[in-house]
Amino acid sequence: MFGYYLDIALRSLRRNPVLTALMVLAIGLGIGASMTMITVLHVMTDDPMPRRSGQLFYPHLNPLPLDYRQSGDGPDPSDNLTWPDAVALLKAHRAERQAAMAGAELLLRPGRPGTRPFNIHGRYATADFFAMFGVQFAQGQGWTAADDDARAHVVVLGNTLSRKLFGGADGIGQSVRLGEHDFRVVGVVGDWQPQPVFYTDAAANRFGEADQFFLPLSTAVDLKLDVNGNFSSWGEDQADTRMVSASTTWLQFWVQLRDPAQVAAYHQFMVDYSAQQNALGRFQRPPTDAKLYGLMAWLGHQDLVPNDVRLQLWLALGFLLVCMTNIVALLLAKFLRRSGEISVRRALGARRRDIFLQLGIESAVIGLAGGVLGLLIAQLGLWSVRHRPDDYAQLAQMDVSMLLGTFVLAIAASVLAGLLPAWRACRVAPALQLKTL
Amino acid sequence: MEIRPIFASLRKHRIPACLIVLEIALACAVLCNAVFMISQRVSDIHLGNAIDEQGTATVVLRGTDDKLVGSDIPRNLAALRGIAGVQAVAVTSTLPLSHNNWGWSFGLDPDATISDQKSHNVSLYFVGEGADQALGLRLLQGRFFNGDEYAGSKFDTAPLPETHVVVITQSLAKKLWPGQSALGKTLYSMPHYYAVIGVVADVLRPAIGTHSGPYTYDSTYYPISAGGSKGVLAYYVIRSAPQDRERILREAEQKLASLNPGAVTKAQTYSDIREKYFADMSSMAWMLVLVCVVMLAVTAFGIVGLTSFWVGQRRRQIGIRRAVGATRGHIMQYFQTENLLLTSVGVVVGMALAFGINLYLMQHYEMSRMPWYYLPGGALALWLLGQASVFGPAQKAASVPPVVATRSV
Repeated sequence: MFGYYLDIALRSLRRNPVLTALMVLAIGLGIGASMTMITVLHVMTDDPMPRRSGQLFYPHLNPLPLDYRQSGDGPDPSDNLTWPDAVALLKAHRAERQAAMAGAELLLRPGRPGTRPFNIHGRYATADFFAMFGVQFAQGQGWTAADDDARAHVVVLGNTLSRKLFGGADGIGQSVRLGEHDFRVVGVVGDWQPQPVFYTDAAANRFGEADQFFLPLSTAVDLKLDVNGNFSSWGEDQADTRMVSASTTWLQFWVQLRDPAQVAAYHQFMVDYSAQQNALGRFQRPPTDAKLYGLMAWLGHQDLVPNDVRLQLWLALGFLLVCMTNIVALLLAKFLRRSGEISVRRALGARRRDIFLQLGIESAVIGLAGGVLGLLIAQLGLWSVRHRPDDYAQLAQMDVSMLLGTFVLAIAASVLAGLLPAWRACRVAPALQLKTL
Repeated sequence: MEIRPIFASLRKHRIPACLIVLEIALACAVLCNAVFMISQRVSDIHLGNAIDEQGTATVVLRGTDDKLVGSDIPRNLAALRGIAGVQAVAVTSTLPLSHNNWGWSFGLDPDATISDQKSHNVSLYFVGEGADQALGLRLLQGRFFNGDEYAGSKFDTAPLPETHVVVITQSLAKKLWPGQSALGKTLYSMPHYYAVIGVVADVLRPAIGTHSGPYTYDSTYYPISAGGSKGVLAYYVIRSAPQDRERILREAEQKLASLNPGAVTKAQTYSDIREKYFADMSSMAWMLVLVCVVMLAVTAFGIVGLTSFWVGQRRRQIGIRRAVGATRGHIMQYFQTENLLLTSVGVVVGMALAFGINLYLMQHYEMSRMPWYYLPGGALALWLLGQASVFGPAQKAASVPPVVATRSV
């Protein structure tokens, strides 16, 4: 019966090619626009470390004074840590692994004559950074906690930068001049580029190019190197000492915790630490303000998706709704016009269910064709998104789950759109229609 | 024109009629809001900025030795002045829309501090001698800085310069001291204080957030000497006739690069800076335009399709009406009036829906209130669209010959 209904559906669709094309086009455009935006949102909210994200947590302390006023659309200073707090959490060593970090932008002066210096983005971090985030090394390895303590002048280079400086040659042991200081290369990062770049602060680009160098944080503080990120002070700090000030936040902090018991224990530790700081008069807010965010929860808290993207998604869905209403109206008109034909079938013994199935298949065929078209339009849409100037644009690619999602959405949308017309059509009273024939 | 038969026939096609109304309502709601978003973005992209945008260009020089800037900056400026066609050059710490924003909060009372609830957040521009000429700032009241004020100002350990004069924009002056002259008034942030000596026409901040608002023009200018600038004066601003700008910029970058072999140069015309700042916004605006156009097209095709069906369905009735004396015009009018009725109901629902969506967006996405005229505007657009798309099918209906009435189907 299925094959027969399919045959009828195709015949019926061929009878009005313009109308059929219109319906397929409408559903294709609606699906294409929606899937483009859903895909963009999907890649922006994707898990950057699928295998580790369950174990990574961001401790959030609130050292802000009670009367601190948050300025309009500025970043929340308590999203970062102060140097004394970060050092305290590092020293306490209550997690499996823990690392403090901050964004960096330094001038690199290649040693070779005739080459001009250039700016590169990187990160100051503590030794656990590499093991905690599962950084793969192409050459060498990260530095050790001993290097952190010694404020060693060592550097780990990104893949791209290493190739730019040393070609294919081994960079380990070479010296690189960053800013006004020389650093010895101890490692070169391999293919490691989590997207979104979850560990940076709110000011940084969350999508796109990875860090091109890593330096020990203690060395950066020692040399007073420039920090690239939010530097928020609420005290009367002097410019020279604000890196280590207790009223300036600028550091990001991540911990690795193995199981729920450890998570609970670490949270308790943070509350205790806040209570202790409260007692010392440094913190003014209740100790229970201390929070421990999971990786995905932290990204949600930071809200990486720009409002424009959300608005565009709403717009695309509104557009899909317009297209669907359109198709419901057209299918209804089309099915009702065949009342005579349907009545004959009903009179010959077809049940309502049969009519419903027959018309449902016809809508599904339109949905399938619309889905294929929608997929093409979505690819075109994503291609145009990739040519946009926004930093997330490069990521806009469809994966298998999105591909299947497109089809499911297309067929669901058109079957849903076909439901009402098919239901209405199968309730036609045969006798009344047959009389007028 | 008798309306009752139209109602009678629409009652027989209740569901399709409702669907058309719904489609028009949705289209109207989305259209009003999308057009409003487009207009907001377009007005942001065209925000006024009282500097010579067509004539200025900049080379950003980073990585110079902070200890030598006292002699490096005058040498670099002299070299730039030597390029043929250059009208003025100066150094500044940042430029409008360059994203390089330095902010500080000031109060109006002598004991105000940066973290006071009542302090106003403003953007800081530190400028070297001649910056008013190089940028083309338009002085409205008072004066710009004199040579002594430039020479006497430097950075000590604090992030604010050791000087006591400031020039502010007109918007900021009006906001801080409404109804009074700002000249001679003082901005305080313990232990710093700055007296306003001049007011310039509105210049944008280096970063204005996602949308323009009441803070868009809160810029302040401070003099700074080359020697005391601690490396903040990285923007070499070069003014020339617009047609010479590209050439001069290329030469300027080469000169600065060869004079400062250890530093990084980045050359941009001011138009590039502005275009880059608003690139996201204009791509969003174009995407909104595209969606609107396609949506209207789909709506129009829906109306065409449905009316065509109705025409086909009623061929016999049309034939009968023609046979008993209705003119082609009558038949046309019938379908046009029918469409007008449906669209009218649709736009009424649509305007309410558009208003509701705007309220929702205002709550969740920092949208402002949609001016009332967008609603009738959207309604008019859909009325026209409805009439335009019904024209073809109605004409087809009018061309049904009366003889159809005498034939069986």
